[in-house]
Amino acid sequence: MNAILEMRGITKTFPGVKALDNVNITVKAGEIHALVGENGAGKSTLMKVLSGVYPHGSYSGEIRYDGEERRFSGIADSEKLGIIIIHQELALVPLLSIAENIFLGNEQAKYGVIDWSVAFARTKELLRLVGLKESPDELITNLGVGKQQLVEIAKALSKKVKLLILDEPTASLNEKDSDALLNLLLRFKEQGISSILISHKLNEISKVADFITVLRDGGTVETLDCRAEAVSEDRIIRGMVGRTMEDRYPKREPKIGETIFQVENWSAYHPLHNHVQVVKNVNLNIRRGEIVGIAGLMGAGRTEFAMSLFGRSYGQNISGRVTLHGKEIDVGTVEKAVSNGIAYATEDRKTYGLVLAEDIRKNVTLANLEGVSKRFVIDEIQELAVANDYRAKMRIRSPSVFQETVNLSGGNQQKVVLSKWLFSDPEILILDEPTRGIDVGAKYEIYTIINRLADAGKGVLMISSEMPELLGMCDRIYVMNEGSLIAELDIAEASQEKIMHAIVKSGRR
Amino acid sequence: MDTRTADEIQVPQQKASWTAFVKTHFRDYGMLLSLLVIMLFFQVVTDGTLLRPLNLTNLVLQNSYIVIMALGMLLVIVAGHIDLSVGSIVGFVGGLAAMMMVRWGFDPVTTTIACLIVGGMIGAAQGYWVAYFKVPSFIVTLAGMLVFKGLTLALLGGMSVGPFPVVFQRLSSGFIPDVFGGQGFNYTALFLGAASVAVIIYFSFRSRANQLKHAVETAPFGLFAFKNVLLALLVVAFCYLMATYRGLPNVLVIMAVLIALYAFVTNRTTIGRRIYALGGNEKAAKLSGIKTERLTFLTFVNMGVLAGLAGLIFAARLNTATPKAGLGFELDVIAAVFIGGASATGGVGKVTGAVIGAFVMGVMNNGMSILGIGIDYQQVIKGLVLLAAVSLDVYNRKK
Repeated sequence: MNAILEMRGITKTFPGVKALDNVNITVKAGEIHALVGENGAGKSTLMKVLSGVYPHGSYSGEIRYDGEERRFSGIADSEKLGIIIIHQELALVPLLSIAENIFLGNEQAKYGVIDWSVAFARTKELLRLVGLKESPDELITNLGVGKQQLVEIAKALSKKVKLLILDEPTASLNEKDSDALLNLLLRFKEQGISSILISHKLNEISKVADFITVLRDGGTVETLDCRAEAVSEDRIIRGMVGRTMEDRYPKREPKIGETIFQVENWSAYHPLHNHVQVVKNVNLNIRRGEIVGIAGLMGAGRTEFAMSLFGRSYGQNISGRVTLHGKEIDVGTVEKAVSNGIAYATEDRKTYGLVLAEDIRKNVTLANLEGVSKRFVIDEIQELAVANDYRAKMRIRSPSVFQETVNLSGGNQQKVVLSKWLFSDPEILILDEPTRGIDVGAKYEIYTIINRLADAGKGVLMISSEMPELLGMCDRIYVMNEGSLIAELDIAEASQEKIMHAIVKSGRR
Repeated sequence: MDTRTADEIQVPQQKASWTAFVKTHFRDYGMLLSLLVIMLFFQVVTDGTLLRPLNLTNLVLQNSYIVIMALGMLLVIVAGHIDLSVGSIVGFVGGLAAMMMVRWGFDPVTTTIACLIVGGMIGAAQGYWVAYFKVPSFIVTLAGMLVFKGLTLALLGGMSVGPFPVVFQRLSSGFIPDVFGGQGFNYTALFLGAASVAVIIYFSFRSRANQLKHAVETAPFGLFAFKNVLLALLVVAFCYLMATYRGLPNVLVIMAVLIALYAFVTNRTTIGRRIYALGGNEKAAKLSGIKTERLTFLTFVNMGVLAGLAGLIFAARLNTATPKAGLGFELDVIAAVFIGGASATGGVGKVTGAVIGAFVMGVMNNGMSILGIGIDYQQVIKGLVLLAAVSLDVYNRKK
């Protein structure tokens, strides 16, 4: 069979980071091709290059599709040729009907007037193809996530799809829905539709994939052929993580003391669906001077756990006990959590971390204005001194502390967020993806800051999706999956394989 | 924590050049400049009527309540909300004051205090829904606008109620008496003007000295001196003109004190800083331990009190409360804040900007009335000025 898609020598750089480095992938007509790799390995970037989100010219390399070289300048170009991508975050309008969503932007209309009978008839046909029995005028919001996923696929079919790309389609599905979806892919395969499947669930991949391409650190590691004989999960994991640990983490001699922080039986429910338990009976502890990691896949509930702990900023029906230095503390509001010595640096610094329109100075003091004011009046000189001090200590690169944070690079923004929390003088610092979207040099600086904190006797809880980072930085690692802590590994015994195995094992239950 | 003093911390000294400084601070000065240009324009086309002492006094009296409400509206808008009900609150509180004094026999002091409290309670009632129930402020205050417009009518029984005791009228029509006993010239006005100039200059020198000491970017000295001299001249000239008429109106003093207070609160206090953070990024503010709900609630309470005060001043000025009092004021107030450079998405805006914005509207109203332009085209022109001012601001920000 001939190749429907060939991507050759794709290289894509962002300021400071090489996201893709000479990636090659070939997809034959009518096959299911799995794309695996750790978070940040470059899978999503590669698919964005393919679909034209990153237009021709913003990357180097060649895309050949359907026998010709293609230069897409936007998603519309690739969709026209039958390349349809379904993102992890579904792109459906919740309050419109199935039919309206399927033909959104592609309405069955003459002179701008929609012919609803045609639209409904075609929707019915498409829904039958994906195995849905819902009425076309059912609202999306009334469907479960699994069915929404199928509607997305029906929408792709309506556009005469030839190459279907699914980004973590089963991440939020239960087993039954996942199976239905995978069977659908197998049916499409018989009809000659090719698929690229991005997934962390290796058992599913083993089940349906013909080929597996492994990406690591922005490069292609290998392409495995699963048609002749099954490829074991161990084999895939080795490809994903098999890198030698370089000297990317600053050295540190851990001086670990007594247990200072304990969380017991911590549970939280989804803020909208009060029967969905997002955090399940979490028990963890942190010792003085210790850096503790929480590993897990995206959506494992780590951020939800941290935010529910930090002033109930996420979820409802939160229960559990928190003790610091042997005394139970109240973390019911952010203010109380902060004054009791907890700080949480968010994974999403632009949405939750910074007031972007304000300068470095005002952001640094925001969580501890009392520290620079007397009776509600801010001492501007003292505030300036504090801001300048952190700018120097954290090496925030900017002309002055009067620089608006919106103009800073990701690494420098992160340093501002860290400065803000250091100035609140916490005992326990929770860092959620502290190096996301930051270039290698700035990462090293952030690691150094984290080490310094631990050496100063604080406890650090570090959430990261990059396993090497956790292995390089932490003294102990908890593994979280589907809201529960499923393993606790001392750094001496921890490895990426062990973490991955723990996740895969618990996911199969 | 850090124990070093500020001057031990090394920061590269920045040499500010005139052009670079003017460019980066164009928005700060641009507003004041356009107000002066507009005043100059009307001074010329009205053959000098605009700046006559009598007219100048009128200008202050006519705009005081708008300026006072703009102070509260600025905080509401910076916090990311809007308050459409202030015009109706003006009418309602004015009506309440009239009923209390004229019909129910309360004395002016009790009435004033009660009315300010009622204003605050109205603000609290609306702020409660906005802050804790997350009902959009546009809806809540639109409802408030209707409710209090109706309640004003009901309270006054559709009639005008007045006149008020003389003491109460003085709130709007009184002047600071001349302690020096000048004949036809109010020395007190000039003295107060000179004193406030001295205070302003003292503080600006002090803050500049502090800035220089800590190597903060400052305006070039020439510009700094020019700005201060210009400001001093304007204030003294203004007070001189007022002195030749009847002196400084009471309401001008109230207004000036409030402007100074709110400028201080927004620039220098923790609550002011938190309101800006709340409007700039509510989620980040919340995750920084700021009680965003309570803060939103308080900005509405504050708006209510100021709208109540404006209602008292407006009623005192007319010496009667009418069911139609305050109609459409909310639009002037909101326009003033936006002309003054506040952002509709919150987090951006200055007290000085809002005050200047209010006077831009006020001077145009006054000047066009002197010219005899009908109320019809006055509105057209004001609308276009609002659009032009804000578009220019958006354009500047994009660059």
